[in-house]
Amino acid sequence: MAAQTLSRMVSRVSRDMLRGVSDFGYLIALLGESFYWPVFGPRRKQPVRIEAVFTQMMQIGVEAIPILAVLTMAVGIMLAIQLVNTLELFGVESQVVLAVAKAMTREFGALMTAILLAGRSGSALAARIGSMVVSQEIEALRVMGIDPVRYLVVPAVIAFAIMTPALVVLADAMGIIGGGLFSTGPLNMTMETYIRTSIEVLTVGDVMQGLSKGLVFGILIALVGCSAGFSVRGGAEGVGRATTRAVVLSLTYVIIVDMMFTWFMNV
Amino acid sequence: MPKKTAQPAEYVLEVEDLVVEYGRRRILDGISMNVRAGEIMVIMGGSGSGKSTLLRHLLGLEVPAGGTVRMLGRDVSEMTNTEMDDLRQHVGVSFQSGALFTSMSVGENVALPLRERQNLDDNTIRIMTRLKLELVSLAGFENLMPSQLSGGMIKRAAFARAIVMDPKLVFFDEPSAGLDPVVSAELDELIIKLRDALGTTIIVVTHELESAFRIADRITVLDHGRVLVTDTVDAVRNCQDQRVQDLLNRTPREMKIDADDYLRRLTEEEPEYVD
Ligand SMILES: Nc1ncnc2c1ncn2[C@@H]1O[C@H](COP(=O)(O)OP(=O)(O)O)[C@@H](O)[C@H]1O
Ligand SMILES: [Mg+2]
Repeated sequence: MAAQTLSRMVSRVSRDMLRGVSDFGYLIALLGESFYWPVFGPRRKQPVRIEAVFTQMMQIGVEAIPILAVLTMAVGIMLAIQLVNTLELFGVESQVVLAVAKAMTREFGALMTAILLAGRSGSALAARIGSMVVSQEIEALRVMGIDPVRYLVVPAVIAFAIMTPALVVLADAMGIIGGGLFSTGPLNMTMETYIRTSIEVLTVGDVMQGLSKGLVFGILIALVGCSAGFSVRGGAEGVGRATTRAVVLSLTYVIIVDMMFTWFMNV
Repeated sequence: MPKKTAQPAEYVLEVEDLVVEYGRRRILDGISMNVRAGEIMVIMGGSGSGKSTLLRHLLGLEVPAGGTVRMLGRDVSEMTNTEMDDLRQHVGVSFQSGALFTSMSVGENVALPLRERQNLDDNTIRIMTRLKLELVSLAGFENLMPSQLSGGMIKRAAFARAIVMDPKLVFFDEPSAGLDPVVSAELDELIIKLRDALGTTIIVVTHELESAFRIADRITVLDHGRVLVTDTVDAVRNCQDQRVQDLLNRTPREMKIDADDYLRRLTEEEPEYVD
């Protein structure tokens, strides 16, 4: 009996692992197709539509601006509070400006943007594609000779690739302003000086680190959302599961990739 | 009504020995059939006989375990994606549920194949879309969303979308399922009208006898994944095969229970699930 249970467990674990590997393979394939269609689509009389990209950019990017601004400002304030308190112990609280600016641009701007986009747009993408699978709309596309990846995935991936770095810039700025809101008091500084100092201490490298992360996170979230959507089987319940899966998986990938990025760029 | 007789050589669809298995179950077991240019072929069978599965394989949406499907003279399994996408410009499909894009209006739905696969200006697209909507009596409804349509209207919109590219071959899954008799008769009229006006070859999948007899040039009767008979309406009506007669007379199927088989089903281990 025990042996049987064990063998069941082993077979379940190995099946899950196989599934993980094949899911990852599917992500890579989708990524490849995202490069393929913009280049070869016109030749196959299936160009990627600019309008579709713009529609996605509005939904992903523009509509996310207010909430992202509020979130990152809050993060900036929290960072400033913690850093002022800690750095005070060493008598170097003036370094708060530097610490907030670097932490926001290198790390938290991109991370907060990714968290927001995964929850807001990655899940929406999974739900949209998933419900199209359920209602046979994907099959309808296929029998019309419209490639679903070209039509649905590629515009989303391009839109994420453009909008995520753009949003990271906003996130960086709002985070720094948030930091300033708190620390100008304890530091006895005007907001203007605070922001000018922040800009002075930042290097191009700091900002680029966050932007390149943003690019990679954005593409990851789009790919995971689409692949979760396409994997939907069995009705509305399946759509709900896929949506959850898209959020959990893309956040997992984002944080792992973030750690690797940070490691290789700073250690 | 005069029925056009096509030359036997002009096959638009040729299916040979098609075998489909899901896991260990054999769903289609050696299906062979041909469809001539310009005819209305009805694939008929009870629920669960494998009609939808057959349709999905005819459309090249899934890869069969064996056999070949030739559509418009091309072997579906040997075509590249590009070739397949291009061939599909000549094939229209109307799904059972309609499968209209819920985020688009009726007009946008019908226009989509034109917009995505043809280099046409907006004006031409609008005119061609309205022409087809006119044909299915949906003129003036182009700005409605699919959620605002009745069941019959959804079917007609899906039909308009299926024929908007003037395909040579149209598939129609369960045109009358879930519709009242009047609406379903109207759809049958529409199918005949289309064939007579444009000479389109039409393949209809249905379990409705009246509808099948009304529209068909020939009928293929499917049962448990096998073809019982393919013939003209009259020949099928007079077919002596017991299973065909049972289907036509709606006699309940006899449940034959094989004792060994029964025991095996009860005792066998759960199969590994294959997604
Ligand atoms: N994806 C699938 N996996 C396993 N079995 C399936 C699948 N699709 C259909 N079947 C089985 O194949 C048989 C035929 O189904 P279907 O083609 O939908 O019949 P019909 O359309 O004639 O009602 C049914 O017994 C059904 O349970
Ligand atoms: Mg069916």
